[in-house]
Amino acid sequence: MRRYIDFYLASMKISILEQIQYSMANYFYMIGMITEPVIYLVVWTTIANQQGGTAGGYTAGGFAAYYIIWTLVRNMNIVFTPYGWEWRIREGRLSMELMRPIHPIHGDVAFFAGWKFVVILLWLPLAAILTWIFKPTFHITWMEALVFFLAIWGAYLIRTILLSLLGMITFWTTRVSAIFELYFGLELILSGRLVPMTLMPLWVQNLSNYLPFKWTFFFPIETLVGTMTTSQLWSGVGMQLLWIVSGIIILNIIWNFAVRQYSAVGG
Amino acid sequence: MTSTISVSNLSKHYKVPEREGGLKAAVASLINRKYRTVKAVDDISFNIEPGEVVGFLGPNGAGKTTTLKVLSGLLHPTSGAVNVLGFDPAKRPHAYLRQVALVMGNRNQLSWDLPAIDSFELQRAIYNIPTSEFKQTRDDFIDLLELKDLVNKPIRNLSLGERMKMEIVGALLHRPKVLFLDEPTIGLDVTMQRRIRVFVKEYNQRWGATVLLTSHYMADVEALCKRVIVIHHGHTLFDGELSNLVTQFSSYKTLGITLPDPDIDLSRYGEVLTKDGARVTLRVSKATTSQVTASLLSDLQVDDLTVEDTPIDDVIDSVFTSTEESK
Repeated sequence: MRRYIDFYLASMKISILEQIQYSMANYFYMIGMITEPVIYLVVWTTIANQQGGTAGGYTAGGFAAYYIIWTLVRNMNIVFTPYGWEWRIREGRLSMELMRPIHPIHGDVAFFAGWKFVVILLWLPLAAILTWIFKPTFHITWMEALVFFLAIWGAYLIRTILLSLLGMITFWTTRVSAIFELYFGLELILSGRLVPMTLMPLWVQNLSNYLPFKWTFFFPIETLVGTMTTSQLWSGVGMQLLWIVSGIIILNIIWNFAVRQYSAVGG
Repeated sequence: MTSTISVSNLSKHYKVPEREGGLKAAVASLINRKYRTVKAVDDISFNIEPGEVVGFLGPNGAGKTTTLKVLSGLLHPTSGAVNVLGFDPAKRPHAYLRQVALVMGNRNQLSWDLPAIDSFELQRAIYNIPTSEFKQTRDDFIDLLELKDLVNKPIRNLSLGERMKMEIVGALLHRPKVLFLDEPTIGLDVTMQRRIRVFVKEYNQRWGATVLLTSHYMADVEALCKRVIVIHHGHTLFDGELSNLVTQFSSYKTLGITLPDPDIDLSRYGEVLTKDGARVTLRVSKATTSQVTASLLSDLQVDDLTVEDTPIDDVIDSVFTSTEESK
């Protein structure tokens, strides 16, 4: 266990050092990323105002709170993508990673976890500007803040596992872009990324309960923005844990088949 | 003595899709895809003893890198048995990976944007190297490869040769018992090649490591390997001492002659290979070398005469050429 902690700390340090070198690039990337929720926010605020102040139970301030927290959750959800898997197989990087006595996915988790620390620092002034412009409404308790902290890391792990599973398809076929786009479409609708899940038709909301997507977006945002009870908050964390554990089991099973397929084409 | 590396009847075959060129064939391949089996490695066997440095030779596509990848655990063999340090590499147990290293001349694992000294720290954590041992090994290697002024520069600012030296340090910090080197000097200038050869030799002698090396530069092989394994089209052509390779596959010697009159026709003594001013080189069969030498000295006024074995590059080339022709 100590070995893994040491590895995670060393990897995260490397990641932080690398990202600091590209802080301007990271900032512009983040500004570009914020365009998406700002569009959603403007549209839904207008709708809420036209409907007498609320839409689907959210006030204009509620929407602002949702989409500002959205920007942080989105940053936490940035993980090693299937495009990255394609790249590392084609460039031979995976061969080097497979030669190490540690699973490559630990490297991915640690590297992107380190990145978060830089990203959160960069996010703070942007969040302050968005707050100043859109005037969000927050009523956050300590319990909600604690659950939010756990939930954003849970979301990060769930998305890492899901995208690693997708990325591992590259062991069988070297192009996974089309499948990734399909995944992205489903995620957009079923996660709360496009709109809060409560604005979706009931059947979509029911369907999302059986899929992992909403635990990566909607649930972490709702811990701060929504009105969940203590038991709902902790059962949400429990659901995240369930998805993480099942994901790790599936990942291990598929990994064992995948490495047998590996042809080290890129070196 | 138990062999460090033991390979028995190893084969690695790939199934690759194949089709004719053109739109019609492309559409047809959607319905009826055809495959061809490529035998990258086909039934090879060898043992390597502890501390040996063995050169693995062959032209491009011979199966050298595939064999190295099977030995390092990256590829699963199609058939045959492989044992390295008592482990089955295909299972890639961590205890095995901690004792081996694969260095590929055109691949890198150090962070491009950071000074190597930071990436070395990550290697320490990956291999769980005790801090004092890590610092001592790192500093020794930095001294041996004269990298003191470079370890604090980002990797992207280093030359190819400097980067390669850093990669080698990074790959060996955990002091692997077995080293797989795949073209470690590719693209480097002669000085840098020599420096890396000296380092590998020093590492082998100091730690008793077993080294399996592939290289297209015969200078690497001659400097480091007493024994070579020659592989072609996935089959072993030769396994033995480098000097025996020359004896077995070269039936010629090269005579270098310096004459006051270089225009004399020497074709009756042997095949004229080069003519450079007063210096002429001749290729003669081994069996007639002494007879031809005696004739040259008695028939002509010779200022200087040398007798040499055929350069190893030429021997290797003739091995592959003769194999191709006999197919």
